[in-house]
Amino acid sequence: MPNPIKLAIGPILFYWSKDEVQNFYLQASDSPADIVYVGESVCSRRCQLRTADWIGLARDLADAGKEVVLSALALAESEGDLIALRKLVAACAESGGRIRLEANDLGAVKVAAEAGVPFVCGPHLNVYNEATLAWFAAKGATAWVPPLEAPRSLIEPLHASRPAGMATEVFAWGKIPLAFSARCFTARHYGLKKDDCQFRCLDHADGLTLATREGQSFLTMNGIQTMSAQHYSLLAELPVLRQLGIDALRLSPQSKDFFAVLAAFDAARRDPAATPSLPPGCTEHGLCDGYWHGQAGIAKVSAEDDTLATAACGA
Amino acid sequence: MVSSSTTTNLPAPRIPHLVCPAGSLPALKAAVDNGADAVYLGFKNSTNARNFAGLNFDDKGLREGLRYARDRGREVLVAINTYPQAGRLPEWHGAVDAAADLGATAVILADVGLLAYAAERHPDLHRHLSVQGSATSYEAINFAQDAFGVRRAVLPRVLTLAQVENVVRHTTVEIEVFGFGSLCVMNEGRCWLSSYATGESPNTVGACSPAKYVRWEQDGKSMNARLNGILIDTYGEGEPAGYPTLCKGRFEVAGETGYALEEPTSLNVVELLPQIAAAGVAAIKVEGRQRSPAYVGQVTRVLRQAIDALKAPGFAVKPAWQSELAKVAEGTQVTLGAYDRPWR
Repeated sequence: MPNPIKLAIGPILFYWSKDEVQNFYLQASDSPADIVYVGESVCSRRCQLRTADWIGLARDLADAGKEVVLSALALAESEGDLIALRKLVAACAESGGRIRLEANDLGAVKVAAEAGVPFVCGPHLNVYNEATLAWFAAKGATAWVPPLEAPRSLIEPLHASRPAGMATEVFAWGKIPLAFSARCFTARHYGLKKDDCQFRCLDHADGLTLATREGQSFLTMNGIQTMSAQHYSLLAELPVLRQLGIDALRLSPQSKDFFAVLAAFDAARRDPAATPSLPPGCTEHGLCDGYWHGQAGIAKVSAEDDTLATAACGA
Repeated sequence: MVSSSTTTNLPAPRIPHLVCPAGSLPALKAAVDNGADAVYLGFKNSTNARNFAGLNFDDKGLREGLRYARDRGREVLVAINTYPQAGRLPEWHGAVDAAADLGATAVILADVGLLAYAAERHPDLHRHLSVQGSATSYEAINFAQDAFGVRRAVLPRVLTLAQVENVVRHTTVEIEVFGFGSLCVMNEGRCWLSSYATGESPNTVGACSPAKYVRWEQDGKSMNARLNGILIDTYGEGEPAGYPTLCKGRFEVAGETGYALEEPTSLNVVELLPQIAAAGVAAIKVEGRQRSPAYVGQVTRVLRQAIDALKAPGFAVKPAWQSELAKVAEGTQVTLGAYDRPWR
């Protein structure tokens, strides 16, 4: 039997306490995940874990046998952000290839490339075509995550034409990170200035829901990041992803039932005949998969998981 | 806080160039006639991040616009700032080739593969890094300079003025910042809100909240604005209704309804012009290729006067400038956006 598609635990996009983060990675260490991302990629004000703490976690996970990737900030604004980036790259360089960098902007690509550190093109690097993918490969990229809005019709030919040694990792579960801003929407909601946000993101382990004026859950506010309210799920597409030879699936962490979701994906990747079900309550506002099918991201196209989605929406 | 470094250069104060939008030939003429140093424009297709029906340039229009601007000593910058989609590279390559063949001053590009193509095929054609390229640090900008020889980078509207100055200190690439116009509150080139609601985004087809998905619906005395069925806003009787750009809609968060992300408001940096000049910024950009020639003419005229006033000592904002600009501001409100740190 060919190697099953790998499962990757994406970076934690929310602001959790240090204890919660450490417990999460203890579980991750014993989980069926092959690849684990650690690091703060959303907001540099989030400092429950310092850069050195993230690097320590990365080393522990590598010692436990995981492929580890340190995620850099998507939106680098200050000199301090660049200092943190250089520390991450130095840790990757010292790891002798055990730890890679997730580059989410061109600055991270520069620092990694100059240090000879292999990197993953994160979803915010905007790889939409074969020339760009080849260009990043020449700079030292060993994997890429397609832009989250990319449909199968874009991912399939890019994956087929990928340079030698380049792995394709598709975002397959979680609230979709849709946008970044200079403005902190969570702080604004509480009437606080960004520089005095009082770390209110800590109160919202899965973000703060934004609904239309007729009560349709639409988006999630997560500090300076805006996400989908719905959870993206490609569980039903696993047979297709396997057939295309996609190398890895990214599952994005959430506070509830994450490891049960991981178990469902693990069962599905190991047994093509299995019809694993997602745990009830793993999503508050239903599922979506429109992006994969070339439609509005919020759309739900595949019939699978409908019971769950309906139940969650009605809850 | 700006840190010091051995490689730091003190930025030299400079009078920034004024770069104005042209969605049509009349808008281009309005910009040139009112004092723009450069106009930026794009083709009528998905290579252009402002791909709106009825706007933009074909080869003939671009040739005429170029002649008009050149005859008056102004520059023409061609924005090819969407991301080439897999299997369709020739469309974007063709746009770069056309801009070079027609004699544009520069192309404004976001995609690294396209930057590499332009640098190799048209080394004499200036390359600017588009705001859609999302370069927010000098490391990113210096990388684009080393790799593609970019001469100028347009900063996304996410940095404070101190952060802009720090970027200028650490690069020899010219820095362009936004000075006036509708405020894109998200880091440009990294926003998929539009495709989440409609399937189409600035990165893919060059449009945000595309008009073909907008539906207006009378509901008793109020008016609903929907984007692909999603309720973006409801306007009461007599309340002015804006274009339903989804990040500027009114939504409910934890029981509170309002502009949860951003109000309909315009960026206006006129009062910051002395600090922007002192920071060594090379160019100030006006947003609005979708706006009318009258808007372009009026904004260009006021900003020309304000920038020219920097040349004399004792710069003072004239109330007339602000009242003229307020007339064309979105929702008639203005903001300093991210330049102002207390932004919340």
